[in-house]
Amino acid sequence: MSEARQAIFAAIRRSLHVTGAEAPRRQIVTERLERAPKGIVPARGQLDAEGRTALFKAQAERVSATVARVPAATDVPGEVARYLRDNNLPASVRMGADPRLAAMPWAQTALEIGQGRSYGKDLSSVSHAAAGVAETGTLVMTSGPDNPTTLNFLADNHIVVVEAQDILGDYESVWRKLRGSFGKGLMPRTVNLITGPSRSADIAHTLLLGAHGPRNLHIVIVG
Amino acid sequence: MSVHATSPQFKANAHEALGDAQLQDALSHVRSGFVVNRAASAALLPEFEALRDSARDIKNHTLAHLDLYLEAFEEKVKAAGGHVHFARDVDEANAIVIDICKRHAAKSVTKGKSMISEEMGLNHVLEANGIKAVETDLGEYIIQLRNETPSHIIAPAVHLTQAQVEADFRRVHQDLPQTRDLTEPTSLLSEARAILREKFLAADIGITGANFLVAETGTSIIVTNEGNGDLTQTLPKVHIALASIEKLVPTLEDVAQLLRVLARSATGQDMSVYTTLSTGPRRPDDVDGPEEYHVVILDNGRSSMLGGDFQDMLRCIRCGACMNHCPVYQAVGGHAYGWVYPGPMGAVLTPTLIGVDKAGHLPNASTFCGRCESVCPVRIPLPKLMRFWRDRAFTRHLMPAPQRLGLAFWGAFAKRPWLYRLATSFAMPMLAFLSRGKGRFTSLPLAKGWTATRDFPAPQGATFQAQWKQRRAA
Repeated sequence: MSEARQAIFAAIRRSLHVTGAEAPRRQIVTERLERAPKGIVPARGQLDAEGRTALFKAQAERVSATVARVPAATDVPGEVARYLRDNNLPASVRMGADPRLAAMPWAQTALEIGQGRSYGKDLSSVSHAAAGVAETGTLVMTSGPDNPTTLNFLADNHIVVVEAQDILGDYESVWRKLRGSFGKGLMPRTVNLITGPSRSADIAHTLLLGAHGPRNLHIVIVG
Repeated sequence: MSVHATSPQFKANAHEALGDAQLQDALSHVRSGFVVNRAASAALLPEFEALRDSARDIKNHTLAHLDLYLEAFEEKVKAAGGHVHFARDVDEANAIVIDICKRHAAKSVTKGKSMISEEMGLNHVLEANGIKAVETDLGEYIIQLRNETPSHIIAPAVHLTQAQVEADFRRVHQDLPQTRDLTEPTSLLSEARAILREKFLAADIGITGANFLVAETGTSIIVTNEGNGDLTQTLPKVHIALASIEKLVPTLEDVAQLLRVLARSATGQDMSVYTTLSTGPRRPDDVDGPEEYHVVILDNGRSSMLGGDFQDMLRCIRCGACMNHCPVYQAVGGHAYGWVYPGPMGAVLTPTLIGVDKAGHLPNASTFCGRCESVCPVRIPLPKLMRFWRDRAFTRHLMPAPQRLGLAFWGAFAKRPWLYRLATSFAMPMLAFLSRGKGRFTSLPLAKGWTATRDFPAPQGATFQAQWKQRRAA
């Protein structure tokens, strides 16, 4: 299909009256890709750390997520156990190999912990977010053995741990953080920006939660 | 094999739609829901109008450098271990998909929502090749059961009532007890969720669309609320993303600008539930995700829109705001437009893609009220572009003779102000006199199309220009 590729590039260049070899044009594109200039960043998320956490919580709750805040990482297993108990859910969760999760005192609870990706048999899963976005109450999840993508979608109840210090004001700050972790121009296989539990309004225009992804999204803010 | 177009029968389609009580019931939600929600969410973001300017500028910049951003994107996808395929037309795009499916001996394919796939008529092609395609977006699933096409680009089943969906589920889901209770929308949703969950887990290949392709990172992005697109592209061995050339954006920063206007314009959400960035196949350490990642980039006539009258249309990010706000769409729904893209954006795009000879009615299906342009997140001048099509249809003699004659007659007056003034100064008092003081006509010769369904207001007796002059003097 390289013939199609050539034809399409030729057609685009014909329409734009360019050859593709013009140095100034190439320069403009290279610079933009390199510098990645910011556009308009809403003032909404430009707050101090405490303000960002408060806004993140309010925005996440607006889109039907539930949010709890615990003082330290050691409190997370207790909060997960409480959430499951209060919602009459089995005391069983699946999670990936994230060292931050692994370091938590799960043995102090009666929770049964499954390890690794989901094949659709798990009612509840626990993930650790790479970041939160205050602007819209959005979680940022990166794929990999630590937090497999299937855990974000297959369980009915998704519990996500996010550290307060990772709650950023806006998406632009998220990109900066991702570039710091993976390198400029490089990405993990999947980055999921998740804003509330799954929903659909395709039947009779009625907004219903739990379409194909999790029916419930519970966020645990640490710190 | 493209989708069969009924756009040439727009007038008959529209007439039928107006008399369809179920459709009218379903469409009432467009008027109330989408319009109100967009206004509310836009009002909550002080920077919204500035972001629309920013979104427009990003798209303009990208289109002006499209060849170079496509090159950059392709290079990045390859570097991440993915494959990029270019297709000049829908036949080439279908052949690429079928080839990938055959190489993996695929029997079942799950699909996330993709308008490009509709443009390609991909489901029929897959079926003809013995591959079962399952649409997984709830709305798309419902219309697939009915063997219909989407009537809206983001709410494909917006034309259906709950009772219709219930009847379809009972008809198709034969394995389930006929006595089950489906009176609540939640029970319909749960049933579809359970059935589609099995399809997700069994699929050999997952096909999605793409809202954006990011040149900086070689990433394709989907934006959804249900999570079906993510299950589609995460569980099978192969992920194919279908996109058209104008989906390119330079950087992640540019994506942030566009995301801030997309969901607000579409559904009135600040952000859709799932915005997913996919780059290449699964990495060596990954425990899930597809082993192969393909991006199919379709031209299908778009490159010829660059640098010309219709380039602005290539800024479209497919939010659906123009159709939600269009009085014509609100009255007749999407199917009347007769091809993949309905509403004002369809009225501009469809003639480009299937020819103005077939779709010439669509740009005429507008009162030029301007609401579409006023809500477009990338500020596409839709009425102006529809006017370009009307102009071309006239120049190319594609209109019926009486219509041409009427326009030529009107043109003769409009181009000669003195003649116009003279004619109206006679005609207005005459019409006022003929209405016999009732202020309206219930029937008029040569205007039965109008008076059959509504009265024609009668002139007051003096022309606008005469009244203007008089008031200025006073």
